[in-house]
Amino acid sequence: MTLAAPLSQPPRPVFRAEEVTRVYRTGAVEVRALRGISLNLYEGEMVVLLGASGSGKSTLLNILGGLDRPTGGRVFFRDTELTQASEAQLTAFRRAHVGFVFQFYNLVPSLTARENVALVTEIAANPMPPEEALERVGLGHRLHHFPAELSGGEQQRVAIARAIAKRPDVLLCDEPTGALDIATGAQVLEALHSVNRDLGTATVLITHNAVIQRIAHRVVVLADGRVVRDDPVTDRLQPSELSW
Amino acid sequence: MVGALDRKLLRDLRRIWAQALAIALVLGCGIMVLVGAQATLRTLDLTLAAYYDRARFADVFTTLKRAPRSVLEDVALIDGVAQVEGRIATLALVQVTGMSVPATGQVVSYAPEGAVLNLPALRRGRMPLPDRLDEVALSEPFAEVHGLVPGARLRVILGGELRELTVTGWVLSPEFVYALGPGSLMPDDRRFGILFMPERAVAAATDMVGAVNQISLRLMRDADARVVTAALDRILAPYGGTGAHDRERQQSHAFLTSEMHQLSAMSTYAPPVFLLVSAFLVNMVLGRLIALERPQIGLLKAVGYSTREIAWHYLKLALLIGVIGTGAGWAAGFWMADGMIGLYADYFRFPFVIRAANPSALVISATLGLAVAAMGGGRAVWQSVRLPAAEAMRPPAPALFSRGWLDRALEALRLRQTVVMIARSILRWPGRAAITLFGVSASVAVLVMSYFMFDSAALLGDSVFGAANRQDLTLGLMEPVGEAVLLDARALPGVLKVEPGYAIPARLVNGTAERLSAVQAHWEGATLARLVDDRGEAVALPPHGLVLPEKLAQVLKVGPGSWLEVELLSPPRETLRLPVTAVFAQGLGQEAHIAAPALFAALRSAPQVSHLHLALDANARAALDDRLATLPAVSGLIDWVEVQRQFDTLLEENLLTMVTIYTAIGMMIAVGVIYNAAQILLSERSYELATLRVLGFSRREVAFVLVGEMMLLTLIAIPVGWAMGTWLAQGMVSAVSTDIIQLPFAISRRTYAYAGIAAAVAAFGSVTLVRRRLDRIDLVSALKSRE
Repeated sequence: MTLAAPLSQPPRPVFRAEEVTRVYRTGAVEVRALRGISLNLYEGEMVVLLGASGSGKSTLLNILGGLDRPTGGRVFFRDTELTQASEAQLTAFRRAHVGFVFQFYNLVPSLTARENVALVTEIAANPMPPEEALERVGLGHRLHHFPAELSGGEQQRVAIARAIAKRPDVLLCDEPTGALDIATGAQVLEALHSVNRDLGTATVLITHNAVIQRIAHRVVVLADGRVVRDDPVTDRLQPSELSW
Repeated sequence: MVGALDRKLLRDLRRIWAQALAIALVLGCGIMVLVGAQATLRTLDLTLAAYYDRARFADVFTTLKRAPRSVLEDVALIDGVAQVEGRIATLALVQVTGMSVPATGQVVSYAPEGAVLNLPALRRGRMPLPDRLDEVALSEPFAEVHGLVPGARLRVILGGELRELTVTGWVLSPEFVYALGPGSLMPDDRRFGILFMPERAVAAATDMVGAVNQISLRLMRDADARVVTAALDRILAPYGGTGAHDRERQQSHAFLTSEMHQLSAMSTYAPPVFLLVSAFLVNMVLGRLIALERPQIGLLKAVGYSTREIAWHYLKLALLIGVIGTGAGWAAGFWMADGMIGLYADYFRFPFVIRAANPSALVISATLGLAVAAMGGGRAVWQSVRLPAAEAMRPPAPALFSRGWLDRALEALRLRQTVVMIARSILRWPGRAAITLFGVSASVAVLVMSYFMFDSAALLGDSVFGAANRQDLTLGLMEPVGEAVLLDARALPGVLKVEPGYAIPARLVNGTAERLSAVQAHWEGATLARLVDDRGEAVALPPHGLVLPEKLAQVLKVGPGSWLEVELLSPPRETLRLPVTAVFAQGLGQEAHIAAPALFAALRSAPQVSHLHLALDANARAALDDRLATLPAVSGLIDWVEVQRQFDTLLEENLLTMVTIYTAIGMMIAVGVIYNAAQILLSERSYELATLRVLGFSRREVAFVLVGEMMLLTLIAIPVGWAMGTWLAQGMVSAVSTDIIQLPFAISRRTYAYAGIAAAVAAFGSVTLVRRRLDRIDLVSALKSRE
């Protein structure tokens, strides 16, 4: 089954990146991770960032999420320029607007699934109850399990629940299925997909697995720090229909 | 050539230098106290031995009423006696410009050909000429404080007559290193001095021509002092001998020994705490380092290094920390010894100081330092190097948390998740939390143990000045007299109240146990000079029998109900048999006490008075002093207001210096423990804490997880430390107590509070240092590194 392609009317951009560059210096070595990237991300949109290792995907995601600062160029979140924001403002930005999902889940091992989610809902302005967030990712029955008692897929879904529980404006996912097998990966993608669909959360998903692009509205391909392709996906698939 | 592994070792050490330094400093503090105190002790020992030897300090001393010089020949015949010296000693009042009350002078005669024993060391000028009646050499501290340079004139009431003497020189004497005036609690160079005068002059002044009243002996190497003193006592009994004693009971020497005893107690009680904490810290830090280097250990094994080689590699790191700590401890110990020896040399005025380290203390401390490091490191090393190579190269299994009743309890409390993280961290690693807790408790305990000495001293002061001696002045009389003297004293200017006092030297005997002491009589209803215990509570004297201080009762092996033979060593020189009716704790003093009516009934005599306690009108003080200066019946006086002032000054001067030093070394433990525990926590959880930052937690909120855990453990540790400190202090009290002084056990709330606050401040400061590293964590790279 293919899904109807893009959204009916052009929505407002959530992120606007203009000529963003990022140079890392370690000793005498200079690495140009981003070489002038301009990109918009719109509300309700799911974008897959595709590219080989070292293409600059994670760097771009970290800059959008306020974890890193570009060397040049400007980044806006709605009307706020992130590139001008202070450390404290970036923290507040992440706290209020961004949900992160990482390849290695980044759960706190000493907190149960519910507590890991509560960690975020306690500091969010308008969160959903942790139980509801876990229910959404199909883990309503694993509330009181510690990360070490959960499978990789379950841990990642707890991470997704944690990311969405604050009702973020954007969800930034860095290789969320990178450490998982196909079946488990599909479950995780399903969770992300349904969040995007039901809550309308703009989602950026990094992967080097080209198959996954089929669940997105749009695919942006990076190579050597530049955008080499930015195309809408015309024949979207459900995550359960993917195979790799 | 340095091998690759050794290179790694040095780089590892450089990487963890701050943690290694923190441990080395804790270890160093322990070793400093050990080495410093032992070097000081050894220096004092050697200095005293050499000083005593050069000055031919006597082995046996005795005082008598009066004996012809010919008795010295009999004494010399006692088996084991090498040398005999007889002299005349008496007290004099010395009028010094600038002092309203005359100072007390201990007059000591010396033979025309010079002293044989207890030779004074001439420091300035010359000794008086044998045939001059008006020349005197003064003890250096007394002369110096009054500026009585050779050639100066001095007015002295000696033998009831006012004499004008010329100072010829300054001397130091091994007999008066710790120079206590009659009835004084501490040396007072202003109010007490030694006057060395030719025998002829003293004999003439005291009507003692051809006679002696003090005899001292040097014994042969293998002589038994007990046998000699017994023989001496027998010979001198007809001449009013008050009982011979050996060096141990010689006042100056006993005080010096007591001082050294306290120093020795300090070097015994403090270092083990530091060493134990260091061992735990080495274990903690090395354990963490090895956990981080698991893959490297696997790799080393894979390429063919043996388990033994790898174990030795890490053990060397631990030993290196031990070496640094020991070296720093030695250096600091010598520095401390230098300072302390300087203080002692100034205070005691040794004519010379023989500085020496204590080689056995150096060997012991080095052995302990390395053993502590090896023990601490050994366990951590052994646990990890046992792993097979393949397993070591895999990351360690994540900590397994599972839900127990404690978790349900935590949930019920509805705590914030960051608080839950702290609680779980402590509950899941109770061993590590226990080490941190123990370390901080040890810090609090060392602080309590250090500060409480001042509480005890203050309590002792309260007891001595506030409760026992409320009189302004005590006058010693040349001879005991009848109670009529009270009326004479009452008539002195400015005297508001007079109370009698009586003390007589006595040998207390219970079978083979005996002690030279004194019996003090107390009058009923006394309010000025009272018998009180070490807490300042008045001791009720039963109508009959003796009341003994605990320590004296212990020495004599008696308790209430026992009987003692009391051999009075002054007229009437009777031997009484008296029951012991009570025993009590006393801070200062080793005399037996008895109700005056009971004593004089046993002696079948009218009550006698040997000293007078006076309450004064402060306004009339000058008039009284003028009058006292002319009274020949007064042998000496104790100005209690002045004594208390000195006591307070001494306490306060020591307080500032000692509290600063103790606080520094006590806090050092907390710094070492918390700094290392926080570093390890940060190293283990930087990934987790960085995640919190990514999730939108502010720096403060994230730091709370780190600081909160450390401060929570600190807060729990403080009361534990109070309990440990109290226990250690109890040990110290009995260890530092000597025959001369028994500190009462007292710990004030202020001491507990200061100890707690100091440890908390040290802990907070250390965790703040680590927190700065947390603030600098690069979020992106922290997220990339899985461990």
